[in-house]
Amino acid sequence: MMKRAHSISGNQEAAWNLETHLVGPDEVQVVFTGRWSTDQELPSSEVLHGKLPEGLHRLSFSTAALGVWDSGLLAFLAALLKFCNNRGIVVDQSGLPAGVQHLLAMALAVPAQKESRRKGGRRTLFFQVGTEIIAFLRGLPEMLHFLGEITLSFGRLLTGRAQFRMGDLWLEIEEVGPRALVIVSVICFLVGLILAYLGADQLRMVGAQRFIADLVAIGMVREMGALMTGIIIAGRTGAAFAAQLGTMQVNEEIDAFKTLGISPIDFLVLPRIMALMLMVPLLTLYAGFIGMLAGLLVSNTIFDISVFEYYTETVQALEIKHFLVGLSKGSVYGAMVAYSGCLRGMQCGRSAEAVGEAATSAVVTGILLITISASLMTIIYYQLGI
Amino acid sequence: MSTEPHIKIHNLTMGYGDFIVQHDLNCVINKGDIFVIMGGNGCGKTTLMRALVGLQRPTTGTIFYSGEDFWNIPQEDQERLKRRLGIMFQSGALWSSLTLAENVALPLREYTTLPPRRIDELVSFKLALVGLAGFEEFYPVELSGGMKKRAGLARAMALDPEILVIDEPSSGLDPLTARRLDDLILELRDSLGTTIVVVTHELASILNIGSNSVFLDTETRTMIATGNPREALRSGDPKVRHFLTRGEA
Repeated sequence: MMKRAHSISGNQEAAWNLETHLVGPDEVQVVFTGRWSTDQELPSSEVLHGKLPEGLHRLSFSTAALGVWDSGLLAFLAALLKFCNNRGIVVDQSGLPAGVQHLLAMALAVPAQKESRRKGGRRTLFFQVGTEIIAFLRGLPEMLHFLGEITLSFGRLLTGRAQFRMGDLWLEIEEVGPRALVIVSVICFLVGLILAYLGADQLRMVGAQRFIADLVAIGMVREMGALMTGIIIAGRTGAAFAAQLGTMQVNEEIDAFKTLGISPIDFLVLPRIMALMLMVPLLTLYAGFIGMLAGLLVSNTIFDISVFEYYTETVQALEIKHFLVGLSKGSVYGAMVAYSGCLRGMQCGRSAEAVGEAATSAVVTGILLITISASLMTIIYYQLGI
Repeated sequence: MSTEPHIKIHNLTMGYGDFIVQHDLNCVINKGDIFVIMGGNGCGKTTLMRALVGLQRPTTGTIFYSGEDFWNIPQEDQERLKRRLGIMFQSGALWSSLTLAENVALPLREYTTLPPRRIDELVSFKLALVGLAGFEEFYPVELSGGMKKRAGLARAMALDPEILVIDEPSSGLDPLTARRLDDLILELRDSLGTTIVVVTHELASILNIGSNSVFLDTETRTMIATGNPREALRSGDPKVRHFLTRGEA
């Protein structure tokens, strides 16, 4: 009866063997022998495609000499069945071990999901830039919407209808204020030191080194204190806000608030924004003070300016308006960081990866908004002569 | 082949700090058993599972895998033993940045030398077995809870493990899908000889598929029964019967 036989097997180490016998005019029998387990290299079902003649109608199996098998054999057969199904070949599974038949039946019991989800191929640079720009522009209304919601929430706060707990506000204040003192001290001390050196170098040429005090005082109190604090807070607190709210989004905690009719903006966003708007100006003042201390240290030890001289020069240079400018900037930067942190947190998707993206995006947005508002305020204050 | 039991839980006590979750557990799991860990909420089922798979060191006692003392051997040997285990976590624990196909393929890529075409075939087959044929390119975030769970099982089965540890297979699944999963577990045991450890409190599952079990008690913080759950239902400890009949006996 057997007219033609093909044999395929792996290399010497492999213990599997595969034969095809033509057992009728339009029927092929596939014979599995040896060990068909994945601890060795098994063939792909494609090796059989060439061995099945055109016009084949029936495929059957013989597994009398089959040894150990596992899902390696099952995957081979599943792929072969799919191929035969597409070609209209009838497959007689009766020659397979019972366990194989059962598991194959289970795998084929649920029809495959039709909607394919092919990952997009390579995109051109032009396409990518375009998509990014469209995504950014689409995001703008959402940013404004969020700003509007916060404004409404502040309205409710003023009329005493905002639902949030004072305890949360105090916790946030502690987290963003006192706990940031160490890092603000370190960075602002070093910035004050840099300003003092920078000034000393330039002022020495005109013999006006005692004006280092003026430069450091005004520089730190008006600009650098607020700017450095803003950037530190963006990295420290803005990212934390986005990660906290993002994780709450993943856990459906935010949805739980909404279904209870509690505004997540009131309950979660409002205390965070208030905490930052209250604490960042204070941190700014503190930053200015630390910067001036660094200036004093440099002037006194390196450039021989007495402590008394530095003190009087500083007091003369500083006017109340410098403090107000610094404080106003600190407040605005704090609001910007809180806004971007909460915005990205609330926009977060529902996966671990999305939380990471939210935190990154919060820091980038925060620093961007700080820089834009810093430039705007500097120009406005200059025009107003403050 | 050694004559040692496949898994032996020996004088096991687990806890967090000073708090003892379960103490003095002793049971034997043979090859091809479907071993059910049962007990009320908060009795320490998941803690026992974590000790079994090497995620949490027991306070005292140990676990033997074919005679090897898992908690007292060098880390390389622990890693080798761990590769004989496949674990399905309660909510799937799929890696969210990878597609389903990549999730199932990762263990195969890391621990086998199979060519990519073969891995693709294996991955498709494993996903089809859990009823997720055609979902290869989906990300976990696009799936429902029950689908994530089943995809987690496909990943646990990726390397054809000798021992499959499954945490709460049927919670959150519709009755038909839960039944299908039970059938799959039975078939894996019958066809491939896989030893299966299931943490569950689904009564139907316990009685349908369990061939061996341990019952952890919440009050005394230790086991009060081990053996076939159907026998426990007939003649076991009153507490176990109470549990297995939903409080009717």
